[in-house]
Amino acid sequence: MSHWIITPILLPTLLGAFIVLSVRHQVALQRVFSLVGLSLLLINALGLFVYAQSGDIWVYELGAWPAPFGIVIMLDRLSALMVLLTAVLAMCVMLYAIGSDWDKRGKHFHALFQFQLMGVIGAFMTGDAFNLFVFFEILLIASYGLMTFGGGTRRLQAGTQYVIYNLLGSTLFLFALGTLYNVTGTLNMADMAARIAVLEPEHTALLRVGVVMALMVFAVKAAILPLHFWLPESYAAGPAPVAALFAIMTKVGAYAILRMFTLAFPQDSPAIAGSYDVWLLPVIVISLAVGMIGILGAKSLSKMVAYAAIGSVGTLLIAIALFTPEATAAAIYYVVHSTLATAALFLIVDLIVSRRPQWQDTIREDRPMPQNGLVAAFYFAAAIAMAGMPPLSGFLGKLLILDAAVGNWWLWGAILITSLIAIMGFGRAGSLVFWKGYGLPETDAPAYEHPRQPLAFVAIGALMAGIVAMTVLAGPMHRFAIATAEQLYDTDAYISAVINNTMEESMAHEKDGSGHAPVDEHLLQTEGGEHGTDHPQEATDGHAGESH
Amino acid sequence: MTIEFLVASAIGVLTAAGIYLILRFRTFPVILGTSFLSYAVNIYLFSTGRLIVGAPPVLQGYGDYTYTDPLPQALVLTAIVIGFGMTAVVLMIALAAYLSGGHDKIDMQDDDASEDRA
Repeated sequence: MSHWIITPILLPTLLGAFIVLSVRHQVALQRVFSLVGLSLLLINALGLFVYAQSGDIWVYELGAWPAPFGIVIMLDRLSALMVLLTAVLAMCVMLYAIGSDWDKRGKHFHALFQFQLMGVIGAFMTGDAFNLFVFFEILLIASYGLMTFGGGTRRLQAGTQYVIYNLLGSTLFLFALGTLYNVTGTLNMADMAARIAVLEPEHTALLRVGVVMALMVFAVKAAILPLHFWLPESYAAGPAPVAALFAIMTKVGAYAILRMFTLAFPQDSPAIAGSYDVWLLPVIVISLAVGMIGILGAKSLSKMVAYAAIGSVGTLLIAIALFTPEATAAAIYYVVHSTLATAALFLIVDLIVSRRPQWQDTIREDRPMPQNGLVAAFYFAAAIAMAGMPPLSGFLGKLLILDAAVGNWWLWGAILITSLIAIMGFGRAGSLVFWKGYGLPETDAPAYEHPRQPLAFVAIGALMAGIVAMTVLAGPMHRFAIATAEQLYDTDAYISAVINNTMEESMAHEKDGSGHAPVDEHLLQTEGGEHGTDHPQEATDGHAGESH
Repeated sequence: MTIEFLVASAIGVLTAAGIYLILRFRTFPVILGTSFLSYAVNIYLFSTGRLIVGAPPVLQGYGDYTYTDPLPQALVLTAIVIGFGMTAVVLMIALAAYLSGGHDKIDMQDDDASEDRA
């Protein structure tokens, strides 16, 4: 049995531990190991992506414990795409962090970065709801370190808010998981879906509470209004490469909504209908509006990009919350674009901050900075992509979303008007920062010198190349997105992949009489371990019987 | 007084105290509040496998024995460990913010920040 599915999680874990233990004092060596590790991760993710093209769902049981009692790692098209996107983004951000010497401003940047990747990739691949919580915690713990990386009062204060907000989110997640476990008796997502599908609609009050609590947790992650308050300040105050990497963090929330709510909590299921479908879209539209108006109202560039991230996730979530295959395909196209564009903008703002010693990221005129033309070109290209103007992929993504929302005039209005506001905001900020400076009276102060940082530009160029590739290859990308959406809505295939796998495994176990693997699911080590497995086995058979 | 009432009221009181504290103005009560909430959620998780008194958390063969669900206990264990670590991390960051900023107010002093920059 092949183990390549688990290596994207294991590689950053082991590499992070190795970096912090062995090379914590040598930044040069850390960079080498980071880059080699990220290259391997990229190759691994590409391999998984190619595998997922076949449409098979790969189920990997940790420690060979049969699902739904052990934890499963799942790979389908959506997971493979998100893992690949994470690997590409991480590579570009790491190149930028090295090129701009950000990683030298504190300790353990590379180790934290690897642990962050472990959490994000794990969250994208797990098929177990409690394991999703654990990976959320891993990515959060690493993000606390990264968010306050380099120190400074403002960053630490914003970090405190960020940590406390996410701590509350985690607590709520536990409440949600407890409630869901109480109702369904399982934590495996596929098994939960199968059980919810046969629940009597009269006895689902607790289930609905659990579903809405889970939705709120993912809304905190995805920064949906009114649970977005943590985002602007922490992203604006955090180190720029970290904020760029966190472009994927809001997508973890969006991914979790997409995964859980197409699989286990579909809005037309009689057990759940009416619990969230009424209010979800309006709330998302408001959060889209707040994000885009925030672009226009922001006083500093980093705040502006943070609000752009909220608005961009809002656009993405409109497509997700329609819960139709066409809209989901649009969302899958848009999620890649949105991640790359947000990350590129955060990095470009950092270029500006480091080249304007006096005003930094305040939006006002200043003398032209070093490399003004090049930075401006990058800024406007990324802003065009983010705002959704032609010709870049933001336009195509929004077009797909509008196409999927035909008939909902208020969604059309919201997306088009907020796009206009975003264009105005980006245009105003860009012309003030880059162009107004040429009209200022000459001073006799010497021109500000700044290193050229070619690697940093290469990193941003790679992100922009990704956006251009998304535009040029929009046809194949969209076909892939449609296939992904179809796979997502074919929940029977996902559920039977888990359960059939379990049956084959248990038959194989009976045949060769091999014992159970010694790895336990939740750190549970009791003397009754052997007895404990009897109960799952019995229940597995019973459950498999039900589903036939 | 039943065990259900005791457990439910314990969860309720802890949650109420936690929510009151996280709405406070300074970091220390807020962190205490998150601790209260995590105690509440631990007890809540413990009760999600139904409350059964005096039964072992394992089956003994396939017979018709009363047993209590062991999985929530494992989940609580995980949640306690994670909550403990998180509290330690947030204390460190809050302490660093206090020492560096000179105050322990939870909200950002937005105007000060922009004046600093100017």
